[in-house]
Amino acid sequence: MPETTFLDATELELNMGPQHPSTHGVLRVILKLDGEKVLGAECVIGYLHRGVEKIGENRTYQQFVPYVDRLDYCAAVSNGLGYCLAVEKLLNLEAPPRAQVVRVIVTELNRIASHLIWLGTHALDIGAQTPLFYVMREREEVLNIFERYCGARLTTHAFRIGGLQYDLYDRFQEDVKAFCEMFPHKLDEYEELLTGNRIWIGRLKGVGILTAEDCKQYGVTGPLLRAAGVKWDLRKAQPYSGYEQYDFKIPTGENGDTYDRYMVRVEEMRQATRIIRQAVDRIPDGPIMAKVPKVIKPPVGEAYVSIEAPKGELGYFVVSDGSTQPYRVRVRPPSFVNLQALDRMARGSLVADVVAIIGTIDVVLGEVDR
Amino acid sequence: MRKLLRTIFMVDLIEGLWLTFRYQPPKYIYTEQYPAQRPKVAERFRGAPRLNINPETGETLCIACNLCALACPENLIVVSSERNEQTRRKELTAFTYDISRCMFCGLCEDACPVDALELTQDFELASYSREGAIWDRQMLEEGPEPTQYKY
Repeated sequence: MPETTFLDATELELNMGPQHPSTHGVLRVILKLDGEKVLGAECVIGYLHRGVEKIGENRTYQQFVPYVDRLDYCAAVSNGLGYCLAVEKLLNLEAPPRAQVVRVIVTELNRIASHLIWLGTHALDIGAQTPLFYVMREREEVLNIFERYCGARLTTHAFRIGGLQYDLYDRFQEDVKAFCEMFPHKLDEYEELLTGNRIWIGRLKGVGILTAEDCKQYGVTGPLLRAAGVKWDLRKAQPYSGYEQYDFKIPTGENGDTYDRYMVRVEEMRQATRIIRQAVDRIPDGPIMAKVPKVIKPPVGEAYVSIEAPKGELGYFVVSDGSTQPYRVRVRPPSFVNLQALDRMARGSLVADVVAIIGTIDVVLGEVDR
Repeated sequence: MRKLLRTIFMVDLIEGLWLTFRYQPPKYIYTEQYPAQRPKVAERFRGAPRLNINPETGETLCIACNLCALACPENLIVVSSERNEQTRRKELTAFTYDISRCMFCGLCEDACPVDALELTQDFELASYSREGAIWDRQMLEEGPEPTQYKY
């Protein structure tokens, strides 16, 4: 009987990342392979752990706001909105109408920026390098609006508990309207590059299928769930910040594959532009800050608020013990939950498809590790 | 039939190539030539901190109330003061600001009751040593002087 060596083994374990370019340098995936076929995938996370939830227990309620921007740094504004809404629920107050409309505009602009960076990097992972540059150009316009509005581009710290710190600058409406005029044409250009492209279709169609049943079992939300055909969007299901006043559609896919997720996200950008157009015409006058005490001491209790972030359901659970600092802040990040479905999607596909699947989850590791 | 012809003549790929070709003229260049061409940041930009002085008398505007140090999430501001026995008022003796830990959230300038502490439009904060990132009162009043490159 001949001695068996490693050459006789049919199963191979391969580390993908943390240095692999498609894993952002902070995600390690252990792949179990049979040749090129993936038998299983396991995520190893924690490379970007900063203990943000623990930091929250040692800061006052206002002081923690800049930290939540650093969870999902591609969509910092959405994170700030979620946390502010949660503390406002604890305090039992509501932001004034002007602040709510501005919050909607800035959050939707951030949704566009987040989806754009997803589109660029996802296309880059697949091998289409051109869209990245075009996408960054349009994202720059959004970031310029952010910089003029609140003074920072990425980690914006745009909202405060109870409303806004900064009122609109003089040409805000013109800037936003000009962006809304320009952006749909640019979206057409991206679609011209990608949607009909045979390589793009070949790499994405039928890859990483996740059915509606799977999504519900894993708790997957956001564009992944909508691409599987489930019409679920928290902006419609439990409106916050006055989203019930705006007219927009929830785009859904049919097959739940990577191509459908691409189509859903592109359509979401169009719908976000529609929301911004409606909102920018109805900014009411009035105060931008509710009556919030200088030292925030919420009554003993707990509050959970979830919002529709660009990546899915983003929840904040804040427990108060009556002091100036939260007793516990728990974040329910969409990327963390969505990343669990990687194994289900990658099984049976090829190694090259795993790159597409990681990209399609739109994972931001700052949010996964917290 | 039409679909077959589109596939044979690679219309989908040529459409994409035509789009990239349309962006060839130099007027579409979007890149900023940074050191040569300095970006103009927005008015509300939160950059290097500055401790404002009264331009006429040269006295500091800071009243040493310590509110900025209390507002800071990272506890990087240290304000020291002593009581002037003649005027019975608190006077600022030293003010340090640790740039290396600052995340430019702007909570300190929001807290300042007399607009003495301000985050300015200066954004070049690099220094050759870690000690250089800890700014004292003099540095905060004068502001950083980044090297300007000539081309």
